[in-house]
Amino acid sequence: MEHESDQQLFENYQYNLKREKKFVLSWQIVILVAFFGFWELASSMYWIDPLIFSSPSEIVYVLLEKFSDGSMFTHLQVTLLETVLGFLIGTILGIVMATVLWSSERFSNIMDPYLVVMNAMPKVALGPIIIVAMGPGYLAIITMGAIISVVITTLVVYSAFREVDPNYVKVLKSFKATRGQIFKEAVFPATIPAMISTLKVNVGLSWVGVVVGEFLVSKEGLGYLIVYGFQVFDFSLVMSSLILIAIFAAVMYKIVERIETFLIKHSR
Amino acid sequence: MSFLTLEHVSHHYFSKKNYTKALDNISFSIKEGEFVALLGPSGCGKSTILSIIAGIVNHTAGNIYVNKQPLHEAELDIGYMLQQDYLFPWKSIIDNVLIGPKISHDQSKETKENAADLLTQVGLSGISEDYPDSLSGGMRQRVALVRTLITNPKILLLDEPFSALDYQTKLKLEDLVWDLLRLYSKTSILVTHDIGEAIAMSDRILLMDANPGSIAKTFEVPVELRHEKPFLVRRHPKYQILFDRVWEELNKNEPNAAQSKVVESPNGT
Repeated sequence: MEHESDQQLFENYQYNLKREKKFVLSWQIVILVAFFGFWELASSMYWIDPLIFSSPSEIVYVLLEKFSDGSMFTHLQVTLLETVLGFLIGTILGIVMATVLWSSERFSNIMDPYLVVMNAMPKVALGPIIIVAMGPGYLAIITMGAIISVVITTLVVYSAFREVDPNYVKVLKSFKATRGQIFKEAVFPATIPAMISTLKVNVGLSWVGVVVGEFLVSKEGLGYLIVYGFQVFDFSLVMSSLILIAIFAAVMYKIVERIETFLIKHSR
Repeated sequence: MSFLTLEHVSHHYFSKKNYTKALDNISFSIKEGEFVALLGPSGCGKSTILSIIAGIVNHTAGNIYVNKQPLHEAELDIGYMLQQDYLFPWKSIIDNVLIGPKISHDQSKETKENAADLLTQVGLSGISEDYPDSLSGGMRQRVALVRTLITNPKILLLDEPFSALDYQTKLKLEDLVWDLLRLYSKTSILVTHDIGEAIAMSDRILLMDANPGSIAKTFEVPVELRHEKPFLVRRHPKYQILFDRVWEELNKNEPNAAQSKVVESPNGT
């Protein structure tokens, strides 16, 4: 009898959990529909200038057109590739640089002021110089995507390396571990969660770098479409590109989040 | 013959603006197979002595010899147990135990079998593939003990290894550690602030004074107590007598400690 009532309580709990989830989801849908509905309405009633603010139906039309002639796929592909590469290069290079700093305290002391300056520097301001140095092409844009996250990754990961509980190091030192072994067995694995949380930040940063890079130089990509649409006063095109960026940036963020849960589960 | 000798060892902690003397003129020696307890209030530099012997901290003055050889030339194999287990949470129990051999590039089958045997000996068979977070505090500290013993160290440094455990677990673990150390006749130094623990486990107690850390008095534990398990020692009539003597001595030192400035050592207790 008592066993049944325990089960009952549990089922009630599960039921409430599900109900809450449904409630949240339905409001999320309401907000989405209301936003686009109001936008459409405002545009068709000329409350806002449809030439500047476009409208959802216009955006859908532009997207269908650009996807059916294949041109949007090219732009999307280019931007995604640049972003993923910029993200990976920035993150990996940042971790490598943090490792180099960790390997010598003296070196890190020497580098300290330069890192502070490089971190404070708004990286997109380096755009023109990067384009001149790398040539006006993919390489420059990928560099922009990477450079924007590399310094902050270096600093965050390096400080995580330093915050590893010194007692883990003490245990390894009692076994006469070398500095390399201490890094491999304790420092690196202990900071995996910190590195993963930089991944999430870096995804967003790489989008910024790549889009700004495309503003400046490219002939392809979503950033290029935004600038092109702006120049020819086709704001439906600008809005379409913005919506695609929003969707794909969110998707990339979600993927990184999945990787995070997976890695944390498997690295304990 | 003495196995480990400290001669006039001192240690200073330096900071930008000032320095503190953590250890002042520490001299003692330990015979092979002897179990010595360093007993004293927190901040008296007990743990610093262990770190110095372990070669993790360099002392600023004095000499240390292992079998008449200077410490830094002797390549002393040490086993170090800390207040907490500090098992690596991302490694399985067996990988945690085998970290010492891994570092010295010993991946032999014997070592692995030895690890399994030792785990069984401390009552932890069948958990080698588990992870530390699924174990209780007492179990984890037993794993840490096996990790320490697997490299067959010449000397064991026990830095309050029972202080983070509940009383019951602590008493059981004291017996287990004592048994194992006698079985393998290990030379050991136990750092503790628990008078009972020092008497129950060791052959000799070095009572320390704080500010700066120095050895105030040495107590020989009566022979009758040395050969009893820690749990039984606590019930022996002579235990209470020694306890009272140490207690009195500790309190005698107290006023001195209270008068002088509080010195914080970076190593804590």
